[in-house]
Amino acid sequence: MNKARRNPFNVAASHAILLTYTVIALFPVFVILINSFKTRKAIFREPLAFPDADSFSLIGYQTVMKQGDFFQYFQNSMIVTVASLFFVLLFGAMAAFALAEYRFKGNTLMGLYLALGIMIPIRIGTVAILELMVSTGLVNTLWALILVYTAQGLPLAVFILSEFMRQVSDDLKNAGRIDGLSEYTIFFRLVLPLVRPAMATVAVFNMIPIWNDLWFPLILAPAEEVKTLTLGSQVFIGQFVTDWNAVLSALSMAILPVMVLYVIFSRQLIRGITSGAVK
Amino acid sequence: MTALKLTNVCKSFGAVKVLKNIDLEVEEGEFVVFVGPSGCGKSTLLRVIAGLEDATEGTVEIDGDIVNQTPPAKRGIAMVFQSYALYPHLTVHDNMALALKQEKQPKDEIAGRVDKASKMLSLDDYLDRRPSELSGGQRQRVAIGRAIVREPKLFLFDEPLSNLDAALRMNTRIEIANLHRSLDASMIYVTHDQTEAMTLASKIVVLRDGMVVQVGSPMELYNNPANQFVAGFLGAPSMNFFPAPVVGGADGMSVGIRPEHLRIASKGGRLKGEVVHVEKLGGDTNVLVDVAGAGRMTLRLFGQHPIDNGATLEMDYDDADSFLFDAAGHRA
Ligand SMILES: Nc1ncnc2c1ncn2[C@@H]1O[C@H](COP(=O)(O)OP(=O)(O)OP(=O)(O)O)[C@@H](O)[C@H]1O
Ligand SMILES: [Mg+2]
Repeated sequence: MNKARRNPFNVAASHAILLTYTVIALFPVFVILINSFKTRKAIFREPLAFPDADSFSLIGYQTVMKQGDFFQYFQNSMIVTVASLFFVLLFGAMAAFALAEYRFKGNTLMGLYLALGIMIPIRIGTVAILELMVSTGLVNTLWALILVYTAQGLPLAVFILSEFMRQVSDDLKNAGRIDGLSEYTIFFRLVLPLVRPAMATVAVFNMIPIWNDLWFPLILAPAEEVKTLTLGSQVFIGQFVTDWNAVLSALSMAILPVMVLYVIFSRQLIRGITSGAVK
Repeated sequence: MTALKLTNVCKSFGAVKVLKNIDLEVEEGEFVVFVGPSGCGKSTLLRVIAGLEDATEGTVEIDGDIVNQTPPAKRGIAMVFQSYALYPHLTVHDNMALALKQEKQPKDEIAGRVDKASKMLSLDDYLDRRPSELSGGQRQRVAIGRAIVREPKLFLFDEPLSNLDAALRMNTRIEIANLHRSLDASMIYVTHDQTEAMTLASKIVVLRDGMVVQVGSPMELYNNPANQFVAGFLGAPSMNFFPAPVVGGADGMSVGIRPEHLRIASKGGRLKGEVVHVEKLGGDTNVLVDVAGAGRMTLRLFGQHPIDNGATLEMDYDDADSFLFDAAGHRA
């Protein structure tokens, strides 16, 4: 197996495949980035050309900065995404731990009920959710979005995490119990670190849809001061005229925070489970 | 003073009864070994004693107090697990000190106890390492150290040596025996290993299907098994059983004879058969013989013997060494 891996032809082939995939995956991002630095004419004349002295222009970024409070949008998106992820991971992990660890009546039923959300898209309940938010006075607050995204992310989180938590050694948890650790300490100090890669997976899976979502911000929080980035960018896309410079610039900027979050989580993904607890 | 007293302990998982009416007493300072086939409930019983599982029925008394409602940490027990179960994020020192910190022991008390335990187990050089940087044997010693520092009334071991290789297993076994002598604590020890059971135990408890089959000192059980199950379970190679009529006994009874009590008879042996396999171990020789009507029997000879497959062998034994069992497996 090792020999096969070292075979130069195989190495070249696998790198070629990976590089091709990387190019395909990054191409749209690349196109967006280069075009965001070009004049409107240049974008349409030669969409694939790099900006040169002639076509270089920051007009898109200037429009974005002038139009509305873009940093506010950024901040809103960031708050909503980070807070939702936090709650999804916290409550998802807690529920998963309870389902995996404790025997109680209706355990399986509870697990099924929580997993049901994976199959039913939350948007089906939009009307009910809107009514709920109106009557609780949460419309046009970031909390409305955070709550909805938390609910949206929980089913998959519980499903994935409980599977991983079942694999954490019983002996380890029991050793903790005998040493007098509380169930909370066992959960936070022993179990969570061991399922960190699974947590990162859940975070990555949930982050992009939340960051990119347009539906719920449009319905639940369209007010200026709680607009998210995706919603804020919509002002540049008109029915008849679209300010492509601005759209591309806004998108380029929107990529950054997601990239940062992704890098944080993916390092966890790669780091792997701390070994040595159990032979 | 009894260190542990179980009265009518039962445990069911749903409809499955895993432990059935277990009564047991462990005296102070005793080394009790649980043996039994896989799945007979040894670990479950240990977990009930530790408080990790609730007994469905019956009472668990440790040191004179009924502890059914007491959480594991307050029962005055310490447990060593087969899989070591060390805390991966803590150093060896902190692994051992954690329970004491939880008990809010003073700092110098903790330092003293950890120091003593690490000296006892020669872990001094590893105190700052993490479990992942230790060998299997060292990890198990840390796990034992973690139990020692708590100075429990009762130690519980669940197959602590089964992940170690043979040489290490022997060393650690001797270490545990020394530990028992020097700590003078009561210990309960679960094992699959004959040698561990026979050499460590002051009392062996044989379990089968969640029931206690026999309790006694190793030699009592070896020399005087209550039934065919115990007779066959203890001793390696295990006891030979054959229908009594083969040697002129009553119908329906069976005879048990240990391999080392069989001998080669030059002429007129009661058992005669063909050698099918010879295991030469240097110190002794195990001979498998197909005896007509009695099935395959093992003969254990001391020293080295030039016996070949296919040879015909006559064997005999002293009746005083044999055991007689009735159809239900009870001693007759
Ligand atoms: N949490 C559980 N739920 C249901 N059944 C269980 C549970 N734990 C153990 N059992 C059952 O109880 C029986 C006894 O298990 P236990 O682990 O005590 O066996 P054991 O004697 O320790 O076996 P081994 O020697 O293989 O370790 C087994 O049949 C097992 O399937
Ligand atoms: Mg077991």
